[in-house]
Amino acid sequence: MTSPVGTSVTPSDPAPPVAGIAPAAGPTDLPLQSAAMVGSSGDGCAVTSDGLTKRFRGGQVAVDHIDLAVPHGAVYGFLGPNGSGKTTTIRMLLGLVRPTAGTSTLLGGRIPEDSQRVLPRVGALVEGPAFHPYLSGRDNLRRLDAADRTADPATCTERIAGALDRVGLSAAAGKRFRNYSLGMRQRLGIAAALLQPRELLILDEPTNGLDPQGTREVRSLVTDLAASGVTVLLSTHLLSEVEQICTHVGVMHVGKLVAQSRLSDLRSQTAQRIRVHTTRPELAVASLTRLGLHDVIGEGAQTGGQSSGEVTALLGSAKPEAVIATLVHDEVPVLAFGPVPVNLEDVFVTLTGEGFGVSG
Amino acid sequence: MSSRFLRSELRLIYGRRRNIAGMAVLAVVPIIIAFAVKYSGSRRGGGGGVDGGFIGQATNNGLFVGLAALTVELPLFLPLAVAVIAGDAVAGEANVGTLRYLLARPVQRTRLLAVKYLGVLIATITAVLLVAAVGVGFGLALFGAGPVTLLSGTQVSTGVGLWRLLLVSGYLVICLAAFGAMGLFVSTLTEQPIGATIAVVGLALLSQILDSVTQLSAIHPYLPTHYWLSFGDLLRDPISTDQIVPGIVSAVVYGLIFLAAAWAQFGSKDVTS
Repeated sequence: MTSPVGTSVTPSDPAPPVAGIAPAAGPTDLPLQSAAMVGSSGDGCAVTSDGLTKRFRGGQVAVDHIDLAVPHGAVYGFLGPNGSGKTTTIRMLLGLVRPTAGTSTLLGGRIPEDSQRVLPRVGALVEGPAFHPYLSGRDNLRRLDAADRTADPATCTERIAGALDRVGLSAAAGKRFRNYSLGMRQRLGIAAALLQPRELLILDEPTNGLDPQGTREVRSLVTDLAASGVTVLLSTHLLSEVEQICTHVGVMHVGKLVAQSRLSDLRSQTAQRIRVHTTRPELAVASLTRLGLHDVIGEGAQTGGQSSGEVTALLGSAKPEAVIATLVHDEVPVLAFGPVPVNLEDVFVTLTGEGFGVSG
Repeated sequence: MSSRFLRSELRLIYGRRRNIAGMAVLAVVPIIIAFAVKYSGSRRGGGGGVDGGFIGQATNNGLFVGLAALTVELPLFLPLAVAVIAGDAVAGEANVGTLRYLLARPVQRTRLLAVKYLGVLIATITAVLLVAAVGVGFGLALFGAGPVTLLSGTQVSTGVGLWRLLLVSGYLVICLAAFGAMGLFVSTLTEQPIGATIAVVGLALLSQILDSVTQLSAIHPYLPTHYWLSFGDLLRDPISTDQIVPGIVSAVVYGLIFLAAAWAQFGSKDVTS
């Protein structure tokens, strides 16, 4: 573990952070929920849940008391490895699966009591696209539109054409679904979610099966939709996806929501390390240690009688400019100085004890 | 209730090649009967045989081809046709995964069941009328219309005969609609449409087997298929209601029980397909 995580660091916090929290730390020990999102009653949130729990027959707990809070206008990355309970949570949010305990709301309406009122304003992609194989893409969308009581039949053709165009599927609209590639199926699923103007999109792994070009297109589509004011709850097992397009993140691990925060808060709450590139690492180590910085690590290399290396340390409450002044005062030959980029991957590994991008 | 979803459902049922092929099989039976009677030269009349004696009457009046076809298709082909549609109703959507998207649109679960059952009902009416109409059409074309001798011996006109055939079709629709409700219920239990179809056809066959074991006569009136062949009573003069009325009551009771069971089962079910 090269990049430690601070649990309670704020810029004015005098106590240095403890390096390398044990992955076993319970979710209550991790104050990663920003104040604005804690205890939300749903007023400012497009999606909330309170103690939402699902225990399947056989006793397996798929979702364990999670308290979601997705603010209006957010692109919320619902991050977790496969099998961590994301899809079961989404099914509960949409009223497909009944929670064992807890409640949830979408756009201020309780689920399932108000689902007939709020669900028309919610577009959803749940556990991959699913359509009738022997109908064309267009006919499949027409059927979904026919099932929607709030949809205006007069504008059906127009809206379907618009949705197909938005996902780049116009040319294949007349083809039977069974002949679609995985990427085309995924696009049709997204088109179905966009048949009507929505206030909330719940997208479960929307870039699954797409090639790099398709992935880019879908991500830019999500960004565009968010810019137009749509709230997006995007479930994914890809950290890079969250880093690229999300404003908020909730991390699922074995059925529990182990962290939930603004992405920027998460970054800033992470203990900031500084990095000094120097020809005399041993001097830098001594200087930084004297300054009172913690977790000073020096790595040097001797090449042809000339040493050069890098020294990193937790910045803590020290000011970067003061650190530089001290280094110069101590006659450390500084070649470069800067912050160590926050590596969210390490943050999440610390939180969950596993990496992402692999099914676990 | 908006009819748009129902129309979409019917397009799904009638647009499917498998269902069209099934309908074609239903329609081919009366055609075979008509040509067989025409060219075999056999004039064996009345009583016995799986056709209820209607085939022998066909040469007198083409209407009897329709009746004969309904009779021979009633034990298996007609229930199979209904079971294919009913078994597919919910399990088929669950199997391809479209069920979750319909429910998330949202379609209320009760409304979904109502539309699905209406689809089954309309398909049932189509199947029965198709067999009757093709039979009458080919029968009249090959044998023409003549006096219709009812089972009680009275002769009536072709017009009255047609009216009686329509009554028979209506009665069979009621019987098969109850059977369709059973199929809909089984369809809510599984994600395998073929499994649901086989299970419910198996039920119909089992009921007919039990109905033929005389030692079990005590339970016969409670078997779902017991009154199906009673439609012959609609061809007497005057119409005998001794079996027809309990037949209708049995169908309505079975239908309501299984629709309620389907609603109770599906209404609270976790949709994980």
